[in-house]
Amino acid sequence: MIRIENVTKSFDGVAVLKGISHTFEEGITNLIIGKSGAGKTVLLKILVGLMEPTTGSVWYDDVEFNKLGKQELRKVRMQIGMLFQGSALFDSMTVEENIRFPLDMFTDWSLKKKRERVNDCLKRVNLENVNDKYPSETSGGMQKRVGIARAIVLKPKYLFCDEPNSGLDPRTALLIDELIQSITYENKMTTVINTHDMNSVMETGDNIALLHMGELVWSGNKSEVLESDNDTLQDFIFASPFLQRLRKKALGK
Amino acid sequence: MGRYWLLMRSVFARPQRWSMYLRETVRQMSDIGIGSLMIVALISIFMGAVAAIQFAYQLDGTLVPLYYIGYIVRDLAIIESAPTVTCLVLAGKIGSNIAAELGGMRQKEHIDAMEIMGVNTASFLIMPKIVAGVVMIPLLVTVSAFVAIIGGYAATVPTGHLTNMDYLRGVRAFFIPYNVFVMYVKATAFAYILTSISAFQGYYVQGGSIELGRASTNAVVFSNILILLFDYLIAVVLTG
Repeated sequence: MIRIENVTKSFDGVAVLKGISHTFEEGITNLIIGKSGAGKTVLLKILVGLMEPTTGSVWYDDVEFNKLGKQELRKVRMQIGMLFQGSALFDSMTVEENIRFPLDMFTDWSLKKKRERVNDCLKRVNLENVNDKYPSETSGGMQKRVGIARAIVLKPKYLFCDEPNSGLDPRTALLIDELIQSITYENKMTTVINTHDMNSVMETGDNIALLHMGELVWSGNKSEVLESDNDTLQDFIFASPFLQRLRKKALGK
Repeated sequence: MGRYWLLMRSVFARPQRWSMYLRETVRQMSDIGIGSLMIVALISIFMGAVAAIQFAYQLDGTLVPLYYIGYIVRDLAIIESAPTVTCLVLAGKIGSNIAAELGGMRQKEHIDAMEIMGVNTASFLIMPKIVAGVVMIPLLVTVSAFVAIIGGYAATVPTGHLTNMDYLRGVRAFFIPYNVFVMYVKATAFAYILTSISAFQGYYVQGGSIELGRASTNAVVFSNILILLFDYLIAVVLTG
């Protein structure tokens, strides 16, 4: 479980996050949604420790994450996996070397054991026989899967995904969503996904937090989205007239 | 300045896994050493050739013995041209490469990805580059000094400016081993300057391709200025 209390963040006096408190539950997919510029990425960077909040605190279970020293921070970070928007795979390494990198860095395992773990992770993300390919030789969807495999290779307690569907076609995006959700349930991880993809919201939104202009304006789950009369939420989710008609139909209006 | 020293403190932290650092250092040594050998040889042969031809021109008609050309080319190469000019050129080649590589990694979130895994990125990405530079650049400078002397020979002996015996006599004359020590002090200091300054410029890149280009340029400009400044300081301290 990750808890944030009264988190604010300002850049040159401009408030980007304004006193956000929220709990990201264990064993489910937690979504941070909102328009571009709402503060999602800043919040995600604060959650993983790439940025420090101006005020407020971030708790990983009982540990106050943003008060940790560099050494302790690195220890907690070994329990974190992250899938980046652009996958952030290392270009000079093969798929296998990319996934093996955290094992090489942090375990004393034999090469054979590391390879077995890499193959397990590749199998879990439905990829096989790509070990020797370089990231540039794989498609966007495959790169996301490799990114997920690398994120879970150390069996993390916390998984963060920054816009996992960006740049993917709707069908592949759905597969990536399902994959992240099933891995979360299997491993009882605390998963936080930063997205503005509506399909993701309606498929994987176990716990949704809507940010608007740096404030948390709504939270709930995917089934509560339809019934909510929060205007900001409705504006965001049902942005197009087509989706608005669908919603009315679904609600029988 | 403060940010640079803070970065260097992180860079020289205890490696998290020696084998990974060693592998990366060997890779960097190959990139810096083998990758720069041709350009170093090329500029050095011309440095030696030009120095020899111009001294031959200046000494022509004077009472100074011609074999001094070999002596001057040798000491010029050892004390100044091999360490300083070679490192100025390497700042352009290796320095801009280091800044662009680290800046690109920053922009593509590779550094963030490693940080989140718990890797000390400053140490893992920068220390092998500095160590490789400090080991390989003095070796390149040694090659440069030898090639410059050969360049001086090639430019003067076959063309009849002086005889084979004169040139070799000059190269062997008045040799002071201390000058070789000065050359290695300079080479080591310049290697540290050009690798660490370039890494500093690349590591903190923010923004897009314009900022990356600027970081790469700054890496070369600041490295060159500092190399020349330290060239003067080392000359004052060691030979002044």
